Amino acid sequence: MPGVAENQPAEKPRHKPSRAPRTPMPEREAAERATDFDEVAIGYSQDDAIAEAMRCLQCRNPTCIDGCPVNIDIKSFIGHIIEGNWADGVAVLKERNALPAVCGRVCPQEEQCEAACVLAKKGEPVAIGRLERYLGDFDLACDIESRCVPELAPSSGFRVAVVGSGPAGLAAAGELARLGHAVTIFESLHAPGGVLSYGIPEFRLPKSIVNAEIEMLETAGVEIVLDSVIGQIETVEELMAPSEKGGSGYDAVFLGLGAGLPVFMGIPGENLNGVYSANEFLTRVNLMRAFDFPHADTPVWRGRKVAVVGGGNVAMDAARTAKRLGAEEVFLVYRRTEDEMPARREEVHHAREEGIEFKMLCSPSEITGREGWVTGLVATRMELGEADDSGRRSPVCVLGSEFPIECDTVIMAVGTRANPMLDRAAPDIETTRRGYILTDEEGATSVPGVFAGGDIVTGAATVILAMGAGKRSARAIDAWLREGKPGA
Amino acid sequence: MGVEAPRIARKVKAGQFLVLRVAEGGERIPLTFSDWSAEEGWIRFIFMRVGKTTHELSHLEVGDSIADVAGPLGQPTHVGDLGRVAVVGGGVGAAVAYSVARAMAEAGDEVTVILGARTADLLVLEEELRALPIKELVVMTDDGSVGRGGLVTAPLKELCESGAIDNAFAVGPAIMMKFCAATTAEFDVPTIVSLNPIMVDGTGMCGACRVTVGGETKFGCVDGPDFDGHAVNFEELLTRQRIYTDDERVADAEYSRGCQCQV
Repeated sequence: MPGVAENQPAEKPRHKPSRAPRTPMPEREAAERATDFDEVAIGYSQDDAIAEAMRCLQCRNPTCIDGCPVNIDIKSFIGHIIEGNWADGVAVLKERNALPAVCGRVCPQEEQCEAACVLAKKGEPVAIGRLERYLGDFDLACDIESRCVPELAPSSGFRVAVVGSGPAGLAAAGELARLGHAVTIFESLHAPGGVLSYGIPEFRLPKSIVNAEIEMLETAGVEIVLDSVIGQIETVEELMAPSEKGGSGYDAVFLGLGAGLPVFMGIPGENLNGVYSANEFLTRVNLMRAFDFPHADTPVWRGRKVAVVGGGNVAMDAARTAKRLGAEEVFLVYRRTEDEMPARREEVHHAREEGIEFKMLCSPSEITGREGWVTGLVATRMELGEADDSGRRSPVCVLGSEFPIECDTVIMAVGTRANPMLDRAAPDIETTRRGYILTDEEGATSVPGVFAGGDIVTGAATVILAMGAGKRSARAIDAWLREGKPGA
Repeated sequence: MGVEAPRIARKVKAGQFLVLRVAEGGERIPLTFSDWSAEEGWIRFIFMRVGKTTHELSHLEVGDSIADVAGPLGQPTHVGDLGRVAVVGGGVGAAVAYSVARAMAEAGDEVTVILGARTADLLVLEEELRALPIKELVVMTDDGSVGRGGLVTAPLKELCESGAIDNAFAVGPAIMMKFCAATTAEFDVPTIVSLNPIMVDGTGMCGACRVTVGGETKFGCVDGPDFDGHAVNFEELLTRQRIYTDDERVADAEYSRGCQCQV
């Protein structure tokens, strides 16, 4: 309508979105990267970041924010990139996410924020994850004094114990510290980070990034106690008991123990030498640095022909790791088709590029061996039948279709289940039939003052979902401490 | 070796183990507690120099520290209603045998300890065992250099034959536990063995320590380390313990070369 524009107040020049295609992520060549453990994705340059940010429409009602499990103000941080205000962009990220450099790398953005981006309708959403990583890395590249530390609320006088230093525990700890509580994280291993340290490989998430982000939490006052297996060295009840009664006197506890025990298939031959759980294989290589054996002391069996059973991100990580350890042939054995694989498309694509072979629609029925060592698999062909609860078509065995696959290593990446250690840590806590902790939406468990989140509540899921749960629980703990705590 | 570790010492029970890492870059190895004091805040364990990690451990001086010690791990040994029980400890298994025999005796069980070693020099904790309120201590060496000559299974068999024991507990090299279990099985004497599979984290996360017990896969670290000796698949355990034999040789060679360079 003519005349309307003239009546509007003067504004800074309106953002004119660029119509350029999505800026590709610079990556190392497959042939080169498949021989070492350095990071595959190099990260945006400043020009890349600005070019990509310029594609953002800066929508009046941004839908991307609802797609983010921790509701990062995506529009605003991208706005800061457009203007070149990196530090302001970092501050926006850190309001909601204590570990942007980690999440920018490992979040499944294509199913979350990027799926909710208006441009996704045309198949080319803004590369929100890559921009998040750009800012996260910008922050970590600064001197520790000039990095963005969220402002801490005045001390509340409350002490909170966080069990587990994986994504859920770190997010909970970061938020609790910001809210003014004294936080101690108890980690069972000798290094913090949980799955970020032992599970996700260096080439996808460098440990220097994980350590730098954790260092930031320590700067914010979070204390991390390593080598402390809660359930064995102390129970949750003892953590909360007053010091007069020999307890540690914490006012609340957050349990972020992770999903724990690796699942095996229960088929003959699974205990042959050369059969690994993905957890063990990845822990040996990532946490224990077996790729550097004998300079690092922990060995790992380096197979020539490696079969990885499963189709999730962990299976991709295991397969790509085996390749980097020098395997001549690595193949994935998956009972559905590539379309049903739970792994991120990007990971599947990278695995293919690196020469991982996909054997779809088959499932091992036996692992064969000689003198105690793996010599191969017997696999059964599968067909897709009716859709199951997850909406995916369930695989059905084709009778009499068994065929042998030769290999000297088998890595089982078929999931995890609850660790019985939970029972020893908190025998009174209500759990599901499968051993996971029952909580309300805020993470409160059946025991007052004890909250839980991450894989120990949901079963194996993603880093960001665990972080979202940790953060929600932190706020619920804050409310419980300040308002609801009996006797407070 | 004694280590100051007050938080752990407060909690240890006989039969449990710890995982330690000597220094940055080191391997995590499981060792079983031999002794501890909750009041004084220390723990003790016994190890034999067999590879790089245990060599490094043996080079520590009084006052040095160990990078990481996590524990107590695993389930404690069941004691107290075993009646007349034979505790067999072979090699460094003597450490566990000592703490388990002590716990059993304190809980009212009547304990006979059979302590075995290859030769006199490798026999440990004999004095300490003699000081326990146990019924008898039988010392065995393979070469007869001290005590009786022969294997621990000889006196164990005699105890079974004479009906002198209701239960047995064996800890030591897997092959020794295998033969102890085979000995008692003949006489239907229930036998617990304290297994020593390869481990990484020791908290149930990796499954390196899986053992087959009664046809079912169990995790040594969280379900054990104690299992029914008559149900354990020892052949599998023995095979699984050899997974890294070649790598261990490489690590030892590399380590010895490093030592020479320093001289």
